[in-house]
Amino acid sequence: MLTDITLGQYYPGNSFVHRLDPRTKIIATFVFMVTIFMAESALSYGLLLAFVLLVGLVSKISMGLLIKTIKPLWIIIILTLGIHIFSGQGEPLWSWYVFHITREGIVLGIKMSLRLILLLLISSILTLTTSPIVLTDGIEDLMKPFKRVGVPAHELAMMMTIALRFIPTLLEETDRIMKAQIARGADFTSGNIINRAKNMLPILIPLFISSFRRADELALAMEARCYRGGEGRTRMHQLSYGAADYEAGFIMLAVLVIIGFMKWGSKLCSLIS
Amino acid sequence: MSIEIKNVSYTYTPKTPFAQQALKNVSLTIAKGEFVAVIGQTGSGKSTLAEHIAGLLKPSKGQVCIDGVDVNEKSPKAKSARQKVGMVFQYPEEQLFAETVYEDIAFGPRNQGKTVEEVDGAVRRAMEVVALDFATFANRSPFQLSGGQMRRVAMAGIFAMESDYLILDEPSAGLDPKSRDTVFEQLMEIFRSRQIGIILITHSMEEAALYAQRILVMSHGELCLDGKTTDIFLKARADLTQAMVDVPESVKLTSELKEHGLAIEGVPLTKDELVTAIKKAKGWN
Repeated sequence: MLTDITLGQYYPGNSFVHRLDPRTKIIATFVFMVTIFMAESALSYGLLLAFVLLVGLVSKISMGLLIKTIKPLWIIIILTLGIHIFSGQGEPLWSWYVFHITREGIVLGIKMSLRLILLLLISSILTLTTSPIVLTDGIEDLMKPFKRVGVPAHELAMMMTIALRFIPTLLEETDRIMKAQIARGADFTSGNIINRAKNMLPILIPLFISSFRRADELALAMEARCYRGGEGRTRMHQLSYGAADYEAGFIMLAVLVIIGFMKWGSKLCSLIS
Repeated sequence: MSIEIKNVSYTYTPKTPFAQQALKNVSLTIAKGEFVAVIGQTGSGKSTLAEHIAGLLKPSKGQVCIDGVDVNEKSPKAKSARQKVGMVFQYPEEQLFAETVYEDIAFGPRNQGKTVEEVDGAVRRAMEVVALDFATFANRSPFQLSGGQMRRVAMAGIFAMESDYLILDEPSAGLDPKSRDTVFEQLMEIFRSRQIGIILITHSMEEAALYAQRILVMSHGELCLDGKTTDIFLKARADLTQAMVDVPESVKLTSELKEHGLAIEGVPLTKDELVTAIKKAKGWN
């Protein structure tokens, strides 16, 4: 039932992408996102799409799984496409009542939905190839410089780690309680909205009670092991950049420069000459 | 009148790297009026098997029938077949939710569509079975009770459904010896008075030997032994070791005593039987 959902979505593997330092992957993902918004011509979009698919291929994630990550947002993608198609400026190709479809609208719509798809794909590759714990380690390390201005980097990362750690536990627990109540004849699938919400109570109340108990126990267990926040804490797994990280960084930079050149290249050339 | 499991296989999270086959081609029949214990190592598929019988998991392959009706069909007939099985989960007190003990126990029978009087009768009977005084406990919040009392309320919630078959997944885990004995006395009382089928999942060989007539041994998702309690514990010790389960202490003690020359008659499976057998062998009566 619920446990069939692979949440957190880490897809274990040992590819080039999997082995990269989490900080490299996070920064690269951000750089790629910026690059997506720089792209203008059809060619640059094609290049970016090819790049994402190539990264997906290198990380050995099955294409089916990658495509499945787009599924939850397909309504938004279709909506974006629709809105742009009908609100484009220029010569209408086809009109009906107040609706006009223009060439510019179609092109813009396709571009915008492609942007969304690219954003989704690259962030899915990040979460699919990085285990949640490693990911938060990376985030904590990247947030370190902001500690000076009062950002509680360690605490935020710890909260994220705990939250991520307990998602599967809570899902399992929900599954178990649901089964127990179904075995007592509870029905969660029929009736109107109010009734359905009411029928959720036999799941929600036990779930809340056990979550509070769990939080309490966890706090105690952490304190028993002398946890006092991030102050003076050392790590078992030190993050370090390797040759692969420089290679990946270089490739990412190259993509950024190429797409940037495709946008501003002609201006740059005319400025020089 | 029986539960029939035909060639059932089940895989958790199929088609992902986390796929795990929990049941491999399991077939068995449990009749109404039988008390069966399921034993096996942690992760051997005992609970998965139980959830199949209760109709909570759909087999990847195979069929589960209760009194001749496939429980995984989408018909009203299948629904009523599923309702013939009650299941006490591990740590059932974690599923309590209602404001009062009465309301919580009444949840199951109400879902069965019983009338107000029928529900009231079922709740009173169930509370009597688990030895909770109606006047004292009915209107208390289940969350203010002790662990043992909570467990009994939760079990009463399932007993109140008065199903033909009852599955219990380690009902004694985490209970003190006295509460454990009470729980089993009550269970045997239901078993004897209503002649239902009981499936007990347990890690305690003593419990299995004391209460069950038949033992099923699970190992790595397969049903590796199935037979009468005495046969399993006395004749199949090598197979039991292979399945990583033990025999009851009294069986171990008997074989040691025999090795040391004490002529014990018969097959004492429980503590009391062993005491009698030793007395008899020594001529102490």
